[in-house]
Amino acid sequence: MVEIRWHGRGGQGAKTAALLFADAALAVGKYVQAFPEYGPERMGAPVQSFNRIDDKPILMHCPVKSPSVVVVLDPTLMASINVTAGLGKEGTLIINTGLDAAEIKKSVKFDGKIFTVDASRISEETIGRKIPNTPMLAALVKVTGMLDFDSMLEDTQKKLAKKFAHRPEVIEGNIQSMKRAAQEVKSA
Amino acid sequence: MSELKKYKELALGGNIEKGGTAVDFKTGDWRSSRPVYNPENCIQCLFCWVYCPDSAVILKDGKVAGFNLEHCKGCGICAHECPGKKKVKAIVMEEEVK
Amino acid sequence: MQKIILAKTGNEAMALAMKQVNPDVVAAYPITPATEIVQIFSQYVADGEVKTEFVAVESEHSAMSACIGSCAAGARTMTGTSSQGLALMYEMIYIAAGLRLPIVMADVNRALSAPINIHCDHSDSMGCRDAGWVHIFSENAQEAYDSMIQAVRIAEHKDVRLPVMVTTDGFIISHGMERIDTLPDAEVQNFIGKYDPLMHLLDVKKPFTIGAINLTDYYFEHRRAMVDAQNNSLKVIKEVGAEFGKKFDTGYGLIEKYQLDDAEVAIVALGSTCGTAKVVIDQLRAKGVKAGLLKIRVFRPFPTEEIAKALENIKTVAVLDRSDSVGGFGGPVFTEIRSALYGSAKRPQIAGFVYGLGGREIDMEQIEGLFMDLKAGKVKADSVSYLGVRE
Repeated sequence: MVEIRWHGRGGQGAKTAALLFADAALAVGKYVQAFPEYGPERMGAPVQSFNRIDDKPILMHCPVKSPSVVVVLDPTLMASINVTAGLGKEGTLIINTGLDAAEIKKSVKFDGKIFTVDASRISEETIGRKIPNTPMLAALVKVTGMLDFDSMLEDTQKKLAKKFAHRPEVIEGNIQSMKRAAQEVKSA
Repeated sequence: MSELKKYKELALGGNIEKGGTAVDFKTGDWRSSRPVYNPENCIQCLFCWVYCPDSAVILKDGKVAGFNLEHCKGCGICAHECPGKKKVKAIVMEEEVK
Repeated sequence: MQKIILAKTGNEAMALAMKQVNPDVVAAYPITPATEIVQIFSQYVADGEVKTEFVAVESEHSAMSACIGSCAAGARTMTGTSSQGLALMYEMIYIAAGLRLPIVMADVNRALSAPINIHCDHSDSMGCRDAGWVHIFSENAQEAYDSMIQAVRIAEHKDVRLPVMVTTDGFIISHGMERIDTLPDAEVQNFIGKYDPLMHLLDVKKPFTIGAINLTDYYFEHRRAMVDAQNNSLKVIKEVGAEFGKKFDTGYGLIEKYQLDDAEVAIVALGSTCGTAKVVIDQLRAKGVKAGLLKIRVFRPFPTEEIAKALENIKTVAVLDRSDSVGGFGGPVFTEIRSALYGSAKRPQIAGFVYGLGGREIDMEQIEGLFMDLKAGKVKADSVSYLGVRE
């Protein structure tokens, strides 16, 4: 079983990213869970969401405490929150940042694998707004290899087509952002 | 009321499973005074029949023919509403004598 | 029959079941604290996907009142609520049961104020446990979906005719997305069948009175009749659950035993905690610890005999209550189980644990710790403790 923790700020789509990822994993036959950490819902406040993905039914309904992957949607969170809590040495940390990967490696106390991608810039250039969740989802799928990238892309396109039926430009922008994120994500 | 039923004999949820069951509930023993009808003063306006809350005014061929004392509670509304003939009422309330 | 595999939150799963039941009337108050269930359902109504008359009312009290009226008028009626909303319905909850109206309600178990809290515990629905409703708990979204469909058959069965409440754990299940296997609409319709209201107020050829006064002469008899209906429902719930299993592969009973038959130490729990406990039990079994779980699916009617039998060979049992009967001796599950066991010649040592109030997390380490304490004889029999609170 793979456990994933998403860090973001209220409004950045950490919850949606977890839901989309679960949906995409389901589409390729996995058992899934996606759940947010609920609290007062405030724009900008630090929020977390979680995924569990497995090949067999997932029975547990307790919090994710030792994720194997952590995705950080907003690098400014890292100043106030220990995003690597519970993440072992074998774990993977994926950060949305424009900073040089080596620089990140210096500032984060983490010995595992670190990946970076400038998802905010990508989303601004493709969607027109800073919505880093879908490009980060693409980066996650790309670096973990948990799901087939193309089928994930196809599934996400279907989901977005339903949600944004009246705004097709949003769908295309998201798909472009995901393709670019998958290409641009790099190891630190 | 008839003998009390056991719980298994009751209708679901306390439903009363037919209409018009008020006729089985004799309210006549609530009465402390009774209406007394004097046909000589009656103009057959039927106000008493209209106003009676217990449908206890008996009509025969469209005319007042007396009271159903099994249901009349003795409220006196009939007597109160009765216009009578030349200001003399056709219904007066008299103390119930048991 | 091909099941349709979807990723759904508990709320979405329950709303989908309601959509497939396609009730005549849903009366609800579709904003906080009612959870999303009726809000999602109202979208189905707006989109023309159901033929349901959706009555948006001004409070939860009115929601249940409107459900009572519509059900008495002969309509298949459903609603959904949670927490304070259920509390506001309380007066009408008793009336729905007393009038023997087969209303089906989804409730998302959440704590009651004060202090203000939005998270999971079982206080809200446990507060209604004496009202006469059939009360079903769900471990996950799948069970919530399946039980909502079965609830219609249970409520409407001629030997039962009681309202049924199906609950999920707030946020943990209600807002958590999981894989569920759903049924085609037609299969759901075939399973629930056509509703026969027996008598209904819109039948002008058969007028009748509903809700008449019963004083010292008859009230007691009517409440006594409800006891029989609850007892009858034990059999009906099992029959409906077995038929569901025969048709759709997943059967349901009153309780579920997990590694219980040869267990030395066991816990009893309801709802989502059972899933976590199963994982812990698998881990402990691999280490040679004979741990087991008794999951209670149906809390009303309370399956007294089945539970006493299921626990008779266990050495020590910990009962987990996600609500407390403040001032009583333990939570409602502990009290009921201890009472159920009193008549057994063979009975385990038993202790009560109140946990998870207001959504306080329960994790695998805590459950494992509890099992190890039971095994080591560190749990005092006939005691009530509070698990996970700062003392």
